[in-house]
Amino acid sequence: MNQTRRNVLKAGGGASLYALLAAAGMLRPDAALAADWNQKAFEAKNLKDAFDALGAGSRADSIGIFMTAPEIAENGAVVPIGAVSKLPGTESIAILIAKNPTALAASFDIPLGTEPAVSTRVKMAETSDVLVLVKAQGKYYVTKKEIKVTIGGCGG
Amino acid sequence: MADPMRIRAVAKDGGVNVKILMAHEMETGQRKDGAGKPIPAHFIQHVSATWQGKVVLSANWGTAIAKNPFLEFSFKGGQKGEKIQVTWTDNKGDKRTDEATIN
Repeated sequence: MNQTRRNVLKAGGGASLYALLAAAGMLRPDAALAADWNQKAFEAKNLKDAFDALGAGSRADSIGIFMTAPEIAENGAVVPIGAVSKLPGTESIAILIAKNPTALAASFDIPLGTEPAVSTRVKMAETSDVLVLVKAQGKYYVTKKEIKVTIGGCGG
Repeated sequence: MADPMRIRAVAKDGGVNVKILMAHEMETGQRKDGAGKPIPAHFIQHVSATWQGKVVLSANWGTAIAKNPFLEFSFKGGQKGEKIQVTWTDNKGDKRTDEATIN
């Protein structure tokens, strides 16, 4: 499983891929993800607004970000999410839930010496894509996974 | 005053693994009470962990973090017997700091 992915990473092919993606228009150095509580980002009603408010208006899909999350969350009120970045120079990790009333769930600053890996539990209103956004060496990378929710955890 | 956090910090392979459970409602502001009035949002906005005066993790949260939040992370360095401090601040300005000894 994931053999090709590993080989790509091992071969350093990843690096050139990132360079390519970077060249494709990833260069927008904006404010750090979690310097202060970013009201605009946390109140954004959809993914695009949240990404824009985070300064991640352009970002690349990455195979260097791993998400541990259930395929099906029986209870949307408590959905465990783990996010791990293998991207060198990871500065911050954010978790977004596409179909929640507000998309951005959390953003973590990763100081030097701290593993670029965090786990937490989130609430999901309904079945949705969950995205992990990583800022590494000033650029943004993203990965996503759909999590099916049987009972929603927001509204009420 | 909010209940204390439960913090477990375990030294392992030259690093420290930290698991934190916070006691907080994490009210989203989306729900309504019995009378149909919206329940105001009340949630932790910021969490930071320090070791030897150095910030080892800083997090900003929205309303989508589950009730009684759980957080796990690891940092390099840190010896058995040293302390780490964790502080959270919520949107109403409530604050709580707890300390744990690394095992």
